[in-house]
Amino acid sequence: MAYDKFNTLISSAVPLPIENVDTDQIIPARFLKATERVGFGDNLFRDWRYNQDNSPKSEFPLNDSKYTGSILVGGKNFGSGSSREHAAWAVYDYGFRCVVSSFFADIFKNNCLNVGVLPVQVSAEFLKNIFTAIENNSQSQLIVDLQSQTISIEGTEYSENFDINSYKKENMLNGFDDIDFLMNIKDQIGEFAKKTPL
Amino acid sequence: MSNTLFDKVWDSHVVHQITGGPDVLFIDRHLVHEVTSPVAFLGLKNRDVKVMSPERTFATADHNTPTINQHLPVADPLSAKQLKALEENAAAHGISYWGLGHEKNGIVHVVGPEYGITQPGATIVCGDSHTSTHGAFGAIAFGIGTSEVEMVLSTQCIMQPKPKTMRITVDGKLSKGVTPKDVALFIISQLSTSGATGYFVEYAGEVFKSLSMEGRMTVCNLSIEMGARGGIIAPDEKTFEYIKDREFTPKGEAWNKAMNYWSTLETDSDATFDKEYIFEGSTIEPMITYGTNPGMGMGINGGIPKAESLDGGVATYKKSLDYMGYKEGDSMIGKKIDFVFLGSCTNGRIEDFRAFTEIIEGRKKADHVTAWLVPGSHKVLNAIKDEGLLDILQTAGFELREPGCSACLAMNDDKVPSGKYAVSTSNRNFEGRQGPGSRTLLASPTVAAAAAVMGVVTDPRTLI
Repeated sequence: MAYDKFNTLISSAVPLPIENVDTDQIIPARFLKATERVGFGDNLFRDWRYNQDNSPKSEFPLNDSKYTGSILVGGKNFGSGSSREHAAWAVYDYGFRCVVSSFFADIFKNNCLNVGVLPVQVSAEFLKNIFTAIENNSQSQLIVDLQSQTISIEGTEYSENFDINSYKKENMLNGFDDIDFLMNIKDQIGEFAKKTPL
Repeated sequence: MSNTLFDKVWDSHVVHQITGGPDVLFIDRHLVHEVTSPVAFLGLKNRDVKVMSPERTFATADHNTPTINQHLPVADPLSAKQLKALEENAAAHGISYWGLGHEKNGIVHVVGPEYGITQPGATIVCGDSHTSTHGAFGAIAFGIGTSEVEMVLSTQCIMQPKPKTMRITVDGKLSKGVTPKDVALFIISQLSTSGATGYFVEYAGEVFKSLSMEGRMTVCNLSIEMGARGGIIAPDEKTFEYIKDREFTPKGEAWNKAMNYWSTLETDSDATFDKEYIFEGSTIEPMITYGTNPGMGMGINGGIPKAESLDGGVATYKKSLDYMGYKEGDSMIGKKIDFVFLGSCTNGRIEDFRAFTEIIEGRKKADHVTAWLVPGSHKVLNAIKDEGLLDILQTAGFELREPGCSACLAMNDDKVPSGKYAVSTSNRNFEGRQGPGSRTLLASPTVAAAAAVMGVVTDPRTLI
């Protein structure tokens, strides 16, 4: 499905300074029983966010009212493990449009790009600067500019470029998805399929 | 000629290249299960598109299925609805569907090879990260997200940048009691869970050559746990022997033609990899994990590493040990365990049940241990019975369940209770993976069997 265009995002951010956050934490398997893409945001980080009696864990950043915004900042190796796209859906449905980390797992990163969440990979040092800025002022604004491929911390000299391949960048800027592209070259694919034995 | 095996297979499947962007990659075989497909089928419906190649698409129910009383209606209404959705979607698009109770039903990565859907030189995808399993046959196989499932259903292609290549060579021989699972857990402990991110791994060397096809599947299965897109092993006589005469493999003249191609599937001697690792097989011990990711593993007789020995990540490390209820420096031997899970796409095949049975034969299950023995498929289940393993297991106090993913991801009722310890032959020890609050120790079927009869973590070599 096509998604919202992404251009420039200026927002405060929610910090999650934990490494190796796996997709089982982002959305536990017992919430994967849906047949439609609805309601996943409610269960984002379910077992870190809520006690087993469903009361919120006050110390978890998503439950701390001082942290707001549509950017999630995670520790190194974010999104490892299961390929469940539900993890990217949960991030999106909760209201995040961008995830920042110093390293992403492949499939999660790809899934994010396919659902309209921009994964921004920064240096370990820059990530530390973001966490420090948020710790000093929870409303610190991050500026993510896709066109120029830069991320900055507002009111500081901290700014860094990030990578994204030019095809995916155009898709994000325009709200296109891969299926639109593939459907347009379906004749070419059909020819290829004919000469490829089962 | 200087191509890697991976290059050869990938390049021959590129339909279209985008400058500065991903390749459009043709997919030979698409495996589908109930959890990651319904939203993709919904996407097709919304676009009014039919599945492009139903004959290249195979559906089975595994993730969300009960492992007892499969002849009865599925009790959980949400699970039942998801299973029904796959059945209806498969019927609407002419896809073969091996649902609950079907004689070919089982875990998607177990049944694919069993019926010859998995073949050398093929591109295989599935909305499941352990699709890497099929790389054991010299195929490029990897997990994809639901958006990509929709792409493959509608156009038989995905769009991905070509990964970098890595070769992991393990020379020499394995010691007694050391299994393919131990080799994989050892490699992951050395590389970490992100050490191969961005790479596709070829496994080479004497150890992998000497493994059976099932052992190779276990190794390739776990590639994703070090971050790799997938793992691949060059096909050889063992590979051809395994796949010959299976239902979906070519027959007669088509077989000969395929063999001509498959015989070329190896890395050229002068090809180079972006990264190489070399290990010595004889140094590998039976492994066990002590933390909350598969990279937190060690030789079973070792001690849990001290945080000060780590290169950063101390807070995350301590959080992990807190969750497990373990302390730095603890020995794992003698730790009390509550559950044992034998099964999953990692270790749910017949050789895994043979290895488990070998240890427990003539012994008794420890009274306080709950053991879930879940075959990967009906074919495995039947072999367990036919080979007489079931009698031995039952005599030792074990019961056998029906096929499915079961406690590997605990989507069904097979959940380890909060705070309890499970020695599991599956692939992930993440927090809550086997049920909220569950604590998982990943290990081989041999180590799991030793724990099941002793009730504590035990070096299986003391029981051989």
